[in-house]
Amino acid sequence: MANTYTLIASSTVGSGGAATITFTSIPSTYTDLLVKASLRNNRSAVAEDYGIFFNGDTTSGNYSAIELLGSGSTATSRSAYNYGLLTVSNNSTANTFGNLEVYIPNYAGSSAKSASVDAVTENNATEAYAGLTARLWTGTAAITSITIDKGDSGVTNNFLQYSTAYLYGISNS
Amino acid sequence: MPTKLIINCETGEQTEVELTAEEIAQREADAKAYEAEQAAKEAELAAQAKVKADVLKRLGITEQEAKALLS
Repeated sequence: MANTYTLIASSTVGSGGAATITFTSIPSTYTDLLVKASLRNNRSAVAEDYGIFFNGDTTSGNYSAIELLGSGSTATSRSAYNYGLLTVSNNSTANTFGNLEVYIPNYAGSSAKSASVDAVTENNATEAYAGLTARLWTGTAAITSITIDKGDSGVTNNFLQYSTAYLYGISNS
Repeated sequence: MPTKLIINCETGEQTEVELTAEEIAQREADAKAYEAEQAAKEAELAAQAKVKADVLKRLGITEQEAKALLS
């Protein structure tokens, strides 16, 4: 792998689960950021979309997302502030996880921040999901923290043990 | 108590922090708003389906026949 691709931090969810995963104190020394995650949650569904939020801002009106989604039988396009990060939920095959990556270019710049997401879920059945999503945050500050959160699921929704998230910095030189 | 997982990128330290009362209240409010939004969407879809069924009934044709007419 190119030496411009640096692991900044990594995490693994413990036995108690976690409602959210947050990377804080992100250095501004890279050109772009990349999040790679493998996630499973305890919701009673086959899969769930999560959002990715910056600098502690979870205000729905400050985010937009357009998601192209395949379900195993149909293809749709949809939008919501907390869409894009597909995760496996409890009705999918046991011990499987969704896999995704989020690319955030120019994260330290002074304009609104875009992010692209590609994500898949795993299930030993017809219903499994693949999605490509374009996200936008209206904030103009440099991104110093990143949170993966459902955003609308109360306090009972948790990432399950062994879910992982990695944050990489990408440099253009 | 629900927790959040925080990873400090400067130190690499990973900590599990309990959600505060305010955070829990906010999440519960967000969840209620989401449920209300979903219920409204479902009600709208049900209303549209009823209108469609009523029109087909008045016309005396099936949905398949309607699709054939419009294709």
